[in-house]
Amino acid sequence: MKASPYLVLALALTVCFTLATGIEPRAATWSNRSKSDNVFSVLFGDGRRLFANQFFTMADVYFHSGYYPSIFDSSEHESAVVAASQGQTGNEEEEKKEDFLGRPKDWIDRFGRHFRITQHIHLEHGNEREILPWLRLAADMDPQKIETYTVGSYFMRQHLNQPREAEAFLREGLRNNPNSCEILFELGRLYDENDHDTGRARNVWQLALLKWSKLDPEAAKENKLVFEAITVHLARLERDAGNWQQAIDWFQAAQKVSPDPNALQQQIDEIKKKMAAQTNAPAAAPH
Amino acid sequence: MNTIGALAGVVIKEMYRRKDFYVLFVLTALITIAAGMVNFFHDPKIVRYVKDICMLLIWISALLIAIVTTARQIPAERESRTIFPLLAKPVTRGQFILGKFFGCWLATGMALLVFYVFFAIITGSREQHWPWLTYLQAIWLQWAMLAVVIALSLCGSIISAAPSSTTTICFIAVAGILLVGGHLNTVALHQSQPLQTIFYTIYFLIPHLEWFDIRDRMIYDWGLVNWLDCVLATLYAAAYTGLFLLLTWLGFRRKSLNT
Repeated sequence: MKASPYLVLALALTVCFTLATGIEPRAATWSNRSKSDNVFSVLFGDGRRLFANQFFTMADVYFHSGYYPSIFDSSEHESAVVAASQGQTGNEEEEKKEDFLGRPKDWIDRFGRHFRITQHIHLEHGNEREILPWLRLAADMDPQKIETYTVGSYFMRQHLNQPREAEAFLREGLRNNPNSCEILFELGRLYDENDHDTGRARNVWQLALLKWSKLDPEAAKENKLVFEAITVHLARLERDAGNWQQAIDWFQAAQKVSPDPNALQQQIDEIKKKMAAQTNAPAAAPH
Repeated sequence: MNTIGALAGVVIKEMYRRKDFYVLFVLTALITIAAGMVNFFHDPKIVRYVKDICMLLIWISALLIAIVTTARQIPAERESRTIFPLLAKPVTRGQFILGKFFGCWLATGMALLVFYVFFAIITGSREQHWPWLTYLQAIWLQWAMLAVVIALSLCGSIISAAPSSTTTICFIAVAGILLVGGHLNTVALHQSQPLQTIFYTIYFLIPHLEWFDIRDRMIYDWGLVNWLDCVLATLYAAAYTGLFLLLTWLGFRRKSLNT
């Protein structure tokens, strides 16, 4: 008896389908790839991190409105979006450092500059929104790049009046990096500065400190500025709430890692003066 | 002049009969529209990335149309042997070169116009303003730059018989000039002799096509370039175009036409 080729084909397809249903669930566990991996990680693997860095740089290029050094220009260029999100404003000396073009080298260079962008500015008046697509792409390419979330959130809540979008972006970052004290710190700032929800901010910052304390010594040393930022913000929060002693404790904790402990000492002294005035006031009242 | 016009007319007709332009335009339109439809953090006012992507695609498409259309002109005429009846008529080789050049240049200009109208519609619909003078400057400078590229491709098609090799070499040369040309002086500074002299020689010899790329000014809303600078840049492009056409004519006038 000779079997029809169509029947053989149908049998082969049925066998394939049956085997696939059995093997597929097991095959999913063979690789280390988690189910949360997005399409970029499937397509590019670890190579996507290179793209993420490039997209993050593009955000910085947009923040400078196109005035940005190329790989040929010798300049130690620091990311302005990161600096801005950390509250650093450029002084005159830094502005000069940003003048990577220097004097024209020849007539071709001089004439060519009439067609190029030669002025150093930063985006403002809501135009900061233009950097967001690149940060979104950077986050998709490398969900473990923490700066992307903190920078994106800073611009959304501080310049674009989009605190809810900022919170969602930070929450996404937190899902991808559950132990990040930087993201928790930024989330606390959002609750404190935008929502004025001090209770929630305190809880989130305390959790950030807990995450920081669990870092290995080398990482903790690298992130001591984050520790300082968290403790200083906690201290200010307690000071404003009238919890003087707790505020002093946080300032003293910050002093241990701060590059400028004297400035913090001044704040401690001010609180101590207020505490003294408060304790003297009831005593003076009966007279 | 009529002869040159007639030859140019044939090239223009050829361009709109071929599919190159339509494919590139549809691709550009699709990618731009898809990029424009992406919603980033619920903010509909974000527009610069769309301008960036669209302008990049326009530049790539225009270069492809210019180089591919030009590179095949003379080899195709030779291969199909239509060049013999053409030159048997009272058409000189110089007129033939000029006709081909103007045909390719005008055809590319028409394609460029369509691309820029699309760009203006897409970005204007999001930004709600149309800086027509900036668009005019951008299209003019790009078209002037394409004149140099077309003349270079025409020159290349005289040297190399195969359009594919001419296309590849021209595309690499133009991309190299656009990406690195303006930085060769900086690179030369860090080299020892004789590399420094070689880099400087190349730097001063090549046409600086990067001048004509004012995409960044458009994307980041930096406004108009000084009109006098535009005129000077146009003269610069005209000089290089003339030089390449002269070289093409010198090579072509003694060239055997048998394949």
